[in-house]
Amino acid sequence: MLIFLLRRVMQACFVMIIISLISFAIQDKLGDPVQQMVGMSVSQDERNQIRNELGLNDGFFLQYWRFAKGAIHGDLGTSYYYKEPALDVILEKLPATLELAFCSILLVILVATPCGVLAAIKPKHMLSRLLMIISSIGLSVPIFIVAILMVYIFSIELNMAPSFGRGQTIEIFGLWESGLFTKDGLKHLLLPSLTLAIALMPIFVRLIRAEMMEVLQSEYIRFAWSKGLSARRIYFKHALKNTMLPVITVGGIQAGTLVAYTILTETIFQWPGMGFLFMDAVSRVDTPLVSAYLIVVGGIFVITNTFVDLIYGLVNPTVRLASHGL
Amino acid sequence: MNLLSVSHLHVNFHMKEQELAALIDVSFTLNRGERIAIVGESGAGKSVLGFSIVNLIGKPGYIKSGSIKLENKEITKMNLRQLQEVRGKRIAMIFQDPMMTLNPVLTIGDQLVETIRSHTKISYKDARNIAIEKLHHVQIASPEKRFDQYPHELSGGMRQRVIIASVLLLNPDIIIADEPTTALDVTIQAEILQLLLAICRDNGVALVLISHDLGVVSKVAERTLVMYAGHVVEEGPTLEIINDPQHPYTQGLLNALPQMTLPGQRLNQIRGSMPSLAERPSGCAFHPRCPYATQKCRQEQPRFIYSGVSSVACFLVEDMLNEFADKDKEAS
Repeated sequence: MLIFLLRRVMQACFVMIIISLISFAIQDKLGDPVQQMVGMSVSQDERNQIRNELGLNDGFFLQYWRFAKGAIHGDLGTSYYYKEPALDVILEKLPATLELAFCSILLVILVATPCGVLAAIKPKHMLSRLLMIISSIGLSVPIFIVAILMVYIFSIELNMAPSFGRGQTIEIFGLWESGLFTKDGLKHLLLPSLTLAIALMPIFVRLIRAEMMEVLQSEYIRFAWSKGLSARRIYFKHALKNTMLPVITVGGIQAGTLVAYTILTETIFQWPGMGFLFMDAVSRVDTPLVSAYLIVVGGIFVITNTFVDLIYGLVNPTVRLASHGL
Repeated sequence: MNLLSVSHLHVNFHMKEQELAALIDVSFTLNRGERIAIVGESGAGKSVLGFSIVNLIGKPGYIKSGSIKLENKEITKMNLRQLQEVRGKRIAMIFQDPMMTLNPVLTIGDQLVETIRSHTKISYKDARNIAIEKLHHVQIASPEKRFDQYPHELSGGMRQRVIIASVLLLNPDIIIADEPTTALDVTIQAEILQLLLAICRDNGVALVLISHDLGVVSKVAERTLVMYAGHVVEEGPTLEIINDPQHPYTQGLLNALPQMTLPGQRLNQIRGSMPSLAERPSGCAFHPRCPYATQKCRQEQPRFIYSGVSSVACFLVEDMLNEFADKDKEAS
């Protein structure tokens, strides 16, 4: 277990170095930050002076070296726009994004699992066929159309939920601003998390269905039938546990897609999270903020996948043994 | 009353273009504590027959007609809940490949205890005690340790022992063993077979042994059914069938056994191979491979008759019997 974690940390460091290189490399391709910072009246000489002060005229590797030295100490640069450490700006927005992602993942698990199982157990049932049709439509409709439809139906026509912002939030332990504990906050969470969930659900319904159908064909399921177990036990204990192995793996990979989708969802719903901030930072050419965002997201990705591997080990006994053996 | 009686059983496979007959008019009976064997080449319908006894053929197969009676209960008419009461509790099955039969993500103990607990109201602790006792019974060393292990931590022979233990948990009346030793190491085959035989003998459990290995069958079964292309072609006491096979197919099977006494000989084969379900020949299905086939064999399906040694479906035997009968008549 300890060895497994150690190896994971080493892998994570390597991944983070690559990510930081890439995110730093795109910095000077985004545009000229100075142009965004100063007014029209500032002369070319003064602009050059600012560029020198910011170190923008130095060579790439020198700039990267400076950046990396700071990054090790937790300093990812200072945002040009906020005039605050970029990491602090991002971490301030982290709770909003994590809550959004968490709620949509919860929705995906709670809805996709029973749907996939039903579609696998009774493939000829009307409801299963309907599910398959809906999921193929869901796969092909882009997320921003889903989001706009949600806003139109639930917010404008039915007036059930607000279409932008986070609503009322409360502080937990003085460092986490949460919208999960107020009625208003939950109401605001509804549409964005639903949109995000709809984007991911079709893939999971189809994956669970396909995996479950394959598992149901296996010898050990037939043996379970021959032992006279109840159908419920066979489906939900014997089959589902095996079905979930590949689903967990894909789930980890899909975490990346989720991050990409939060940028879109947050922009459409004006959700004050990291994705929204990132879009702003790009349009303001706030390059330290952009690279800090990419690094934080990379970090989240590595952590999520480590968690996924740990969960996989809990479900699959053969993997557990392998990590003991190392 | 017979413990199990199968009569005129027809099993079909429902394919997209056509209906394929996997079992045709199969009948046999099984008494309490009796051990019978079903033999034949791959594709003869042995396994289908084994699985259809507990109505577990699996799509696209289904029982088309005929009856399977467990004492006086008709298995073919049971709903899923009634079937699940019979399966495991009265009729238990051992599958061919122990590597595939146990669920890889559940412990041995889980898989044993759940079998007991889904048929009888009993506490987990009592169920655990029974399970450990049965593991001990099938000669698994340190059963308490094995109880908490996962299938991948056990060898193939060990897993087949676990499966035999799981089959014994509820003291069933019948065990159906579908090639229980085929997937095992030769040295372990004999051990597992001995164990199975001893268990059946000691507890008065009836056994249906499905095998293609006549050597195995001769050691275990009292009666043998020989199957070919979905038909039972010969049925009788195992000793008689091995010493005096009547059906040309049975003779071919026995000829194909390697002889330990004569070195350096080529194995005898039955020429040709088992027809697929879709290409069943007319008349007697064995006629294209039969050295004695006549015009009649190609057109008509032989009846099942008693030859004095065993029951056989073959015109050759039937004609011979008729000849004897005619001579008898003349003599009297």
